[in-house]
Amino acid sequence: MSIFSKYEGLASALSAVTADGGRNPFNVVIEKPISSTVGLIEGRETLLFGTNNYLGLSQSPAAIEAAVEAARAYGVGTTGSRIANGTQGLHRQLEERLCTFFRRRHCMVFSTGYQANLGTISALAGKDDYLLLDADSHASIYDGSRLGHAQVIRFRHNDADDLHKRLRRLDGTPGAKLVVVEGIYSMMGDVVPMAEFAAVKRETGAWLLADEAHSVGVMGEHGRGVAEADGVEDDVDFVVGTFSKSLGTVGGYCVSNHAGLDLIRLCSRPYMFTASLPPEVIAATMAALTELENRPELRVRLMDNARRLHAGLQAAGLRTGPQASPVVSVILDDVAVAVAFWNRLLDLGVYVNLSLPPATPDQHPLLRTSVMATHTPEQIDRAVEIFAVVAGEMGINRAA
Amino acid sequence: MSETVASVSALIVKTLLANPKVPRDINGSSKIVEDLAFDSLAVMNFVMEIEDTLDVSVPLDRLADIRTIDDLAACIVSLKQAS
Repeated sequence: MSIFSKYEGLASALSAVTADGGRNPFNVVIEKPISSTVGLIEGRETLLFGTNNYLGLSQSPAAIEAAVEAARAYGVGTTGSRIANGTQGLHRQLEERLCTFFRRRHCMVFSTGYQANLGTISALAGKDDYLLLDADSHASIYDGSRLGHAQVIRFRHNDADDLHKRLRRLDGTPGAKLVVVEGIYSMMGDVVPMAEFAAVKRETGAWLLADEAHSVGVMGEHGRGVAEADGVEDDVDFVVGTFSKSLGTVGGYCVSNHAGLDLIRLCSRPYMFTASLPPEVIAATMAALTELENRPELRVRLMDNARRLHAGLQAAGLRTGPQASPVVSVILDDVAVAVAFWNRLLDLGVYVNLSLPPATPDQHPLLRTSVMATHTPEQIDRAVEIFAVVAGEMGINRAA
Repeated sequence: MSETVASVSALIVKTLLANPKVPRDINGSSKIVEDLAFDSLAVMNFVMEIEDTLDVSVPLDRLADIRTIDDLAACIVSLKQAS
């Protein structure tokens, strides 16, 4: 018996996706980025609507220069973890920059956003504690809950009353209660009602962790995310985020006003047992953060573009997520239709993400798009037009 | 009101049968993943429905040990008794 025999179901599902000569959607190669919004795929210039590169900063000239200079000055790697091999000055600088940006006293930087959730959630919620997770939480949050030893309870997506009910059931139970929500949910682009969750947190004495991976640089007057936009930053005990969305690089962080965060450095395995961020990534991230702070117009343009794409897809008769946000998903009913639709979009020069159940809410396949501040209105209109053409070809556009 | 494993199991079966995709011949010894063809997300969502009906929270780590509808019923009864 093969060690891979347990994946026979997965293999046949993948075969079904590629059966009619379609591509493997999880193996698309962007041969070369031409700009933040256009990449070379299958030798063709293709509009990129699936990179989550919200501000276009992966191609920022300032960040690129900073990376080059840092590599020349410090080398290209750290060759180990900060606990075992030492912290470099740049790590400290980046943590101080993030403290200043978020107006928080403490910061821990991780090597990826995934590890930031894994490392904070698993270490904060211990054996006698309770983790309360939104049902639509990202895999990194679920995985963090499995790495730790807390009891894990799900509440209904974006439903603060449902959380309240589940916290009430725990009345009198010893142990800390850590609630985890996301700023913007990455599958449907819907925004958390953070003020409602903050009110529940205040009333029940729970702790609140907000993963603002998709909302930092996107929401709030200064780009600090949904907690800033809703005016409830003081109620959020821990903000976790990533550099790989609006900041265009790679890495993750947790910021907090609780001094205890520094102790987590000594018990968070995803922090302790992996190589720390290399100098060029740190330098590029700090340069991108400066741009994020100094160019608020990027956020304005991003949200204008999000509304244009959301409205355009709806006008084309497609079913989308509820809110205009930088993630706009087209919701379909049938996996085979979604696969064919996705292939046809790529044929016609638009790259989006194909998301399949069970990674999606409610078992629906999604064509997940992400918009950028650097998209031009013409690029968005062109993408919408191509969506409309394919929907027409496949006969799935509702009466517009 | 005190629930028994049999009464909770019956309630779970009734809730499941409200879903037309679930096979009609299920009973307490039906296996949730194999017999109902539920994936991990479907199991969690279905448990959430039962939680609301019975006003109980089933921690996710407890689900790992649950194979059958009766297992789930026994778990819920023990959680209710503990609270």
